[in-house]
Amino acid sequence: MESLDLELDEGHLELPAEPMRLMMGPSHPAMHGTVRCVVDLSGETILNVDVQIGYLHRGFEKMCERGTWAQVFPYVDRLNYVSPMLNNVGYALAVEKMCGIVVPERCQWYRMILGELARMSDHLTCDGAMAMELGAFTPFLWMIKAREMIWDVMEEETGARLTHSFGRIGGMAKPPTKHFKDLALNTARSVVAIVDESEKMLLKNRIFVDRLENVGVISQADAISLGFTGPCLRATGVAYDIRKTQPYLKYDEIDFEVPVGTNGDTLDRFLVRLAEIRQSARIIEQACARMADEGAVSVDDPRVMLPEKTAVYGTIEATIQHFKLVMEGAKVPKGEVYSYTEAGNGELGFYLVSDGSGTPFRVRIRPPSFMNTGGLGHLLKGRMISDVVPIFGSLNMIGGECDH
Amino acid sequence: MSQAVIQLLRQKFGAAIVETHAQFGDDTAVVESSKWLEIATFLKNDPACAFEMLSDLSAVDYPERTPRLEVVAHLYSLTKGHRVRIKTRVGDEEGEGAEIDTVVGLWGTANWLERECFDMFGVNFRGHPDLRRILMYPEFQGHPLRKDYPAEKAQPLVAYRTDEEAGMSIDKQAPFGPHEGMSFARNDWTKRAEDAN
Amino acid sequence: MNAPLKSVTLDGNETGFATTKLDALLGWARKWSLFKYPFVTACCGMEFMALTSPRFDGTARFGAEAPRFSPRQSDLLWVVGTISQRQAPVLKRIYEQMMEPKWVLAFGTCASSGGFYDNYTTVPGIDKVIPCDVYIPGCPPRPEAVIDGLMLLQDKIASGDRRPAIVKPRFDPVQGAQDGLVQIRKKGLLEGGDK
Repeated sequence: MESLDLELDEGHLELPAEPMRLMMGPSHPAMHGTVRCVVDLSGETILNVDVQIGYLHRGFEKMCERGTWAQVFPYVDRLNYVSPMLNNVGYALAVEKMCGIVVPERCQWYRMILGELARMSDHLTCDGAMAMELGAFTPFLWMIKAREMIWDVMEEETGARLTHSFGRIGGMAKPPTKHFKDLALNTARSVVAIVDESEKMLLKNRIFVDRLENVGVISQADAISLGFTGPCLRATGVAYDIRKTQPYLKYDEIDFEVPVGTNGDTLDRFLVRLAEIRQSARIIEQACARMADEGAVSVDDPRVMLPEKTAVYGTIEATIQHFKLVMEGAKVPKGEVYSYTEAGNGELGFYLVSDGSGTPFRVRIRPPSFMNTGGLGHLLKGRMISDVVPIFGSLNMIGGECDH
Repeated sequence: MSQAVIQLLRQKFGAAIVETHAQFGDDTAVVESSKWLEIATFLKNDPACAFEMLSDLSAVDYPERTPRLEVVAHLYSLTKGHRVRIKTRVGDEEGEGAEIDTVVGLWGTANWLERECFDMFGVNFRGHPDLRRILMYPEFQGHPLRKDYPAEKAQPLVAYRTDEEAGMSIDKQAPFGPHEGMSFARNDWTKRAEDAN
Repeated sequence: MNAPLKSVTLDGNETGFATTKLDALLGWARKWSLFKYPFVTACCGMEFMALTSPRFDGTARFGAEAPRFSPRQSDLLWVVGTISQRQAPVLKRIYEQMMEPKWVLAFGTCASSGGFYDNYTTVPGIDKVIPCDVYIPGCPPRPEAVIDGLMLLQDKIASGDRRPAIVKPRFDPVQGAQDGLVQIRKKGLLEGGDK
């Protein structure tokens, strides 16, 4: 705790008071269990704050250097564990960029629909949890109900509720199920209905709005300098969304808007997320209309794709191929790549270095939460202690991603 | 788009640009470590570059090279919409003496990113206002993302309970053996470090 | 097996008494009034939210709903998620601050054994630091498995058994049925969402 220096000029204070040092977290209900805020208080005003992360450092990057390229998927699932599918897709795209693989169109639509569902669940969790931490329990329960509906679709498609490990280099683990489009469309509509309801409930609540409005304001220049991306940056009015500026998959063929805020306060971040859920629903509608019912979802490339199980049991070639892919891993060309996608919290980047073998030489993740949390100290300084909860909630710190 | 930036860098800094390449469409410039701050300042402030955002800053450990560590930064320009990667190489064959200038003055993000880089790789950033560990605890020895740091080498802060205390064996039981899981693709460097011990 | 349980209803003005052993009475009282301290760190927290929310309602039904964010007021420590070496002293301290009798639930593989984070920063199971009563495997475990673990813990509390136990995989009769749980939900979704 040497880091905070207490050179406080107390001349301006109305009542002379000793600054009090308060440790918030890591085990504090509003700190999501993994962040410690060491705050120096004068009365209730925060004079100085030191945000300490790393309580959920799990050695993601080190672990990736021990397995094959495909074995990274379970780890990326657990980075942003609120929207694992977006991480899966982001990592798959990064490796595919290195291998020069373009997945079939049907897979691209499939990835988009699943990704947008995951984005909805991410925003629902963030907004719901933030409301809960401010005492609004009912909308939280509603939003969790909506999230359960999304997870049902995910479970139907992938077999897992939360950590799917569904992405593959060069495709997806399985083709969509028979009723996938109906499920996705119905879920998207139901979720939007729940969001409408919750929004009415919250935004007509004076206490809730008062606690968010003009709290945690950040200027555009500061947000850019601090590396904010995603809803936190868009709340300040910068329309930076990688789906629009550098489209990947099929986002350039889809009609959707990038909702932006006006003054970058906590309410704006909250509203941008709600608006994005509606945009995600629009994307899902259009993507469902465009996705083919038949066709391959994975590339037919023996370098990266596992052969059919029946062939593995039946032919020696397929057995050898299966063995090589599982034991040695798919060979990725030597070199380095930085691939970026728009995840729930902003720009999710993967910087991969390959030495040409089946094991990654270096997997570096650029976690959006890390940058957003880096700005927390800036947002908190000068605010009241009660503002910590909404500000922290609106940044949507996800421990797994932030702490690697 | 960012090819133009590389050209500009070459014109402006000449010999300080060690090499450039554009693998997989990512334009990259490897620069002299002594010119790191100067080049970063240019990239941020020059109107033709205008990289307002430091997307990412990290390092890669190449144990067989000298200098051993490579600091990698990814820049993005919101106004121009282009990206560039700049790298510099620091440290001797042991990774000691890795030191470059901080870019905290240019981008606020650099504060935490450089702390992380220091924590994980032991790169010193000259002039950083608050260079201390960020992900690991202060008592931690070594830099875990270096290739010669054994992945399993834990440095517990609290002493583990003993079998007597627990009244039973608390070691991992089968099937959680030490070589369960992904040990077949173990890193060469981990093995070498283990052999040395 | 399908015979209805016997129940006795007493009229309002009737008085009666029951005899039991003090231990059994205490065990019974304790098992239905667990005050939890959720030590939520990681991915499992998402399933923890799902567990406590209306669909599964996995804590209120077992008298364990009320969370207490002060260890001094709680007797059941839910360790939900990975515990890193940096977090371990915090966990230990919270455990030590809790009043006796106290129980610990390891929610998920990471809390139970460290899971696939077999590395320099993860504590390989919370039992390296604090005693643990029930381990719930799964990454993250499904709410059904957690409910199973909670019931297991209740049984152990009632019988005063402090030996650690693991939730074993179970055959889910609904999955195999014609109109299983998943099917029913799917049907609801196809017909326009389960409102």
